[in-house]
Amino acid sequence: MQKPKLVYTTYIRSTPKAVWTAITKPEFTAQYWGEMTNVSDWKRGSKWEHHNPEHEVWVTGKVLESTPPKRLVLSWADPDDLKDKSRVTFELEKVEDMVRLTVTHDKFTTGSTMAGKVSQGWPKVLSSLKTFLETGKGLNIFCK
Amino acid sequence: MDAVFKALADESRRALLDQLHKSNGQTLGELCEHLDMTRQAVTKHLLLLEAANLVVIVWRGREKLHYLNPAPLQEIYERWIGKYERHRLQALSDLKKGLEENKNKKG
Repeated sequence: MQKPKLVYTTYIRSTPKAVWTAITKPEFTAQYWGEMTNVSDWKRGSKWEHHNPEHEVWVTGKVLESTPPKRLVLSWADPDDLKDKSRVTFELEKVEDMVRLTVTHDKFTTGSTMAGKVSQGWPKVLSSLKTFLETGKGLNIFCK
Repeated sequence: MDAVFKALADESRRALLDQLHKSNGQTLGELCEHLDMTRQAVTKHLLLLEAANLVVIVWRGREKLHYLNPAPLQEIYERWIGKYERHRLQALSDLKKGLEENKNKKG
């Protein structure tokens, strides 16, 4: 079994359902993910895309597993190089009045620069998501 | 946030985080190899780092892997550094505006 490469976790004062909605509904992602949107019907086997406001696809992949509001597993590929594929797992767990959200990004292909790129982004996205759900307003994460 | 600052206020724990930054996902045994601390001390420090959410545990079979979790550090950045940076940028932008207005008045 390969060692996962990147693991992030954050505690959000919210419900698993709200966190799930915030990850999967474009009108919410746009408010904390630097205006980016995640688009899919989130059914197993369906395609998903990560768009910028101009509807250009930045990341694409398939929904590998979808158990709302607990576990979402996606393949994560560069649309210009579909062979550069990795895997992202979102795990949502209720802990008292909070949700423990864990994002694991692994299965990077050898020689891929994706891990380096996303390791800059994930902490920002998670921090902004937390602020968004707790205060109703995301952070201006990618404009600084 | 108190737990994060408390966890960071110790040189050994910072050394542990640096070690995980070098190579993420290490076992207790691997971490002990690179650090001049007893196994007990490393275990104690890891528990504190885990409580502060700076270290996340992933089980791979019976192996316990430790991962550096920068999410709480990002929150500190947003609250303290990000905020000051914005003020500085605002100050620069105000200065520019002020100078340009002055110039226009003179001209």
